[in-house]
Amino acid sequence: MKVTLRIKRFDPDKDAKPYWAEYTVAASPVDRLLDALNTIKWTIDGTLTFRRSCAHGVCGSDAMRINGRNRLACKVLIRDVGEKVTVEPMLGFPVIKDLVVDMDPFFHKYESIKPYLITHDNEPGTERLQSPEERARYDEGTKCILCGACTGSCPSIWGNPDWVGPAAIVNAHRFIFDSRDQGTAERLAILGQRNGVWRCRTIFNCSDACPRGIPVTDLIEQVKRAIIYGDRNID
Amino acid sequence: MYQKFDVVIVGAGGAGLMAAMQLPNASVAVLSKVYPTRSHTGAAQGGVAAALGNLEEDHWKWHMYDTIKGGDYLVDQPAAEILARDAIDAIYELEHRGLPFNRTPDGRIDQRRFGGHTRNYGEAPVRRSCYAADRTGHMLLQTMYQNAIKNQVRFFNEFLALDLLVNEGRVCGVVALEIRTGEIHTFHAKAVLFATGGYGRAWRVTSNAFACMGDGMAIAYRRGIPLQDMEMYQFHPTGLYKVGVLLSEGARGEGARLLNGKGEYFMERYMPTLKDLAPRDIVSRCIIKEIKEGRGVNGEDYVYLDLRHLGEKVITEKLPDITEFARNYLGVEPIREPVPIQPTAHYAMGGIPTDNDGRVVIDAQWTPLPGFYAAGEVACVSVHGANRLGTNSLVDLIVFGRRAGKHMARFIAESDHVPLPPHHEDFAREMVDHLLTSKGGESAARIRNELQGEMLEHVFVERQEKGLQHAMETVAGLQEAYQKVQLQDKGKTFNTELVEAIELGFLLECAAATVHGALARKESRGAHYRLDYPERDDVNWLKHTLIYKGEGACNARLAYKDVILIDDPVFKPKERKY
Ligand code: SF4
Ligand code: FES
Repeated sequence: MKVTLRIKRFDPDKDAKPYWAEYTVAASPVDRLLDALNTIKWTIDGTLTFRRSCAHGVCGSDAMRINGRNRLACKVLIRDVGEKVTVEPMLGFPVIKDLVVDMDPFFHKYESIKPYLITHDNEPGTERLQSPEERARYDEGTKCILCGACTGSCPSIWGNPDWVGPAAIVNAHRFIFDSRDQGTAERLAILGQRNGVWRCRTIFNCSDACPRGIPVTDLIEQVKRAIIYGDRNID
Repeated sequence: MYQKFDVVIVGAGGAGLMAAMQLPNASVAVLSKVYPTRSHTGAAQGGVAAALGNLEEDHWKWHMYDTIKGGDYLVDQPAAEILARDAIDAIYELEHRGLPFNRTPDGRIDQRRFGGHTRNYGEAPVRRSCYAADRTGHMLLQTMYQNAIKNQVRFFNEFLALDLLVNEGRVCGVVALEIRTGEIHTFHAKAVLFATGGYGRAWRVTSNAFACMGDGMAIAYRRGIPLQDMEMYQFHPTGLYKVGVLLSEGARGEGARLLNGKGEYFMERYMPTLKDLAPRDIVSRCIIKEIKEGRGVNGEDYVYLDLRHLGEKVITEKLPDITEFARNYLGVEPIREPVPIQPTAHYAMGGIPTDNDGRVVIDAQWTPLPGFYAAGEVACVSVHGANRLGTNSLVDLIVFGRRAGKHMARFIAESDHVPLPPHHEDFAREMVDHLLTSKGGESAARIRNELQGEMLEHVFVERQEKGLQHAMETVAGLQEAYQKVQLQDKGKTFNTELVEAIELGFLLECAAATVHGALARKESRGAHYRLDYPERDDVNWLKHTLIYKGEGACNARLAYKDVILIDDPVFKPKERKY
């Protein structure tokens, strides 16, 4: 079948402002949208620029706005989008070129919530014990691939680029609810600030966008409750 | 731009980050052509082996034995001992650093079966693989990156390494392209570690990311450093049909089985003891044999991986990601339907030769090139020999990444920076300028595509003289065509067309070395199976191949290096049966 991709393009070296370009390529219904982008790059226009690596939804490189929703180009199949598809860079991020956005601010926000295990006790000679139930408590957040699809879909971020955003909170949740971690108070203090969890308006765009099926909004709500009750041992 | 560090690490996957972690008091730069969390370590699924014995009796010596036998005795045995022994502590270290392993009911790290890992020297499968669902590599990469943030490691993200600087007999730095600006940077260092991963993109059907283009191997090769055992390339038995995406061996560890077009669980015919959990080289060959003898599904070139009997609970709890891959990319529901699979290019056992401390060695006498280190898939320790066991790649990263890091810490304490060689950026600048200005009219995509097809046809699970010769000529022709590659994007900002073209140059070098090694090795051992020499030949071939780049694009000079054996009858090479 033939697919027409309408792609928002911008090269800071050449273009005063972004413009739309259209390409029609042959594709099979089970091809990934990423395959179609590659076909354009490799056979029509080598200047088309996007990130990609794993090609199967585990590395987080190719989040972009596809038909108005943030998706990974390698997880969306042509049969899901049909014969006409619109592709743009994610909103809420500065555009570097075409579909490539600047992810540095996103990673800085991630860093700001101390995304690492904090412990004060001496390490045991073998593993620390953790029951399967305790392990399950924070499982959802461990799936995050830091693609930015959630953060880039959030109207609160569009309005306030300084907001920490859903992805960082998901990763804070992953540690706050880890029975081995002792940094809960530090993290809850950070997330209780002005640009912390309270800017979340429970819009659910993030949950819809997440390619890993993480219930992002739920996790944010759990962190909010932990702040209110000052404790992670709530459900 | 010029910058000076004690250590420069190229690659921010498991090995690079593990090494960085050992250097808290040094100035370290970690260069990565992608954001670190995009590294291909994150795609590893099934687990990481260590003889913890959490569920049943196990010993590091059994793990060592399995590694050596799995590698069809091309393994340097002291390295295998280190791997198996150190794995245990390394796993505890990862747990302490936060890695969310699955747990047993009493809270210990859970372990499952995996191909080629056995109890008591081959008696039966053993539960040795520590895992986190079917995304162990993802968890490992995340954990290491999180710890790097904690330790304030300095990252240079989206920097593509172009050249290795050597002066006065020592390695002294790296030249790299900043992808975002198109600028060339020199990183001057006392020690350089390559942890750049593999080159699985040389084959059309592959489990490897687009990034796996053999960068580090090719850069070293061009600088006169040999590549070792490149003919030993692993084809994983269970790639999603046509797509190549991996379906973890963890599935078979949980009990999934291979099924042919006649409805037979055929592995029990070939390997009565381990059956579906025989090592990967063997299982891949059996699949190809079934297909060749007409027992593929509907006479086509694939068979099934059958998970149905595992039940919904095991599948959704322990293998969620791979089942989603099957659903998403093939439209197959693994709970109810068998999944079409075929062997897929997966892992380089070969690479830059190193000793057990990650130091790169450049000849059969183990002469080190001071200041140069390699770890992970890019390196050949050689701990995987002719065939790597499942889960041993992650073990390799953490064990030898750690050892390389520790050795670098000692090395930089005792040495100064050597001066940079004259005109140190010329080679890299010429490479980039040539591509940006060439008017040869050739397309990089066409060359890559042809290479991938050729490698799949002639340098795959089964090989023979004629096909390998054909591949050699093709690769030589493509090397020539590569000189004429012309780009449409001449810009400086985020020029991924330029990046892809540079990477293609790397990939061609790795492919050429692979074919050279495969043509020369006239025996069958591990992953290198020659239809025209179907037997293993320990008299003539129990040795490592060293491949040096020759004059002219596709030429090479070969040398050989002894395999190091331990004086212990248990590890003496014998016929490999499972
Ligand atoms: S929570 Fe989901 S959408 Fe957000 S960064 Fe993580 S994986 Fe991407
Ligand atoms: S390319 Fe890795 S997530 Fe799409």
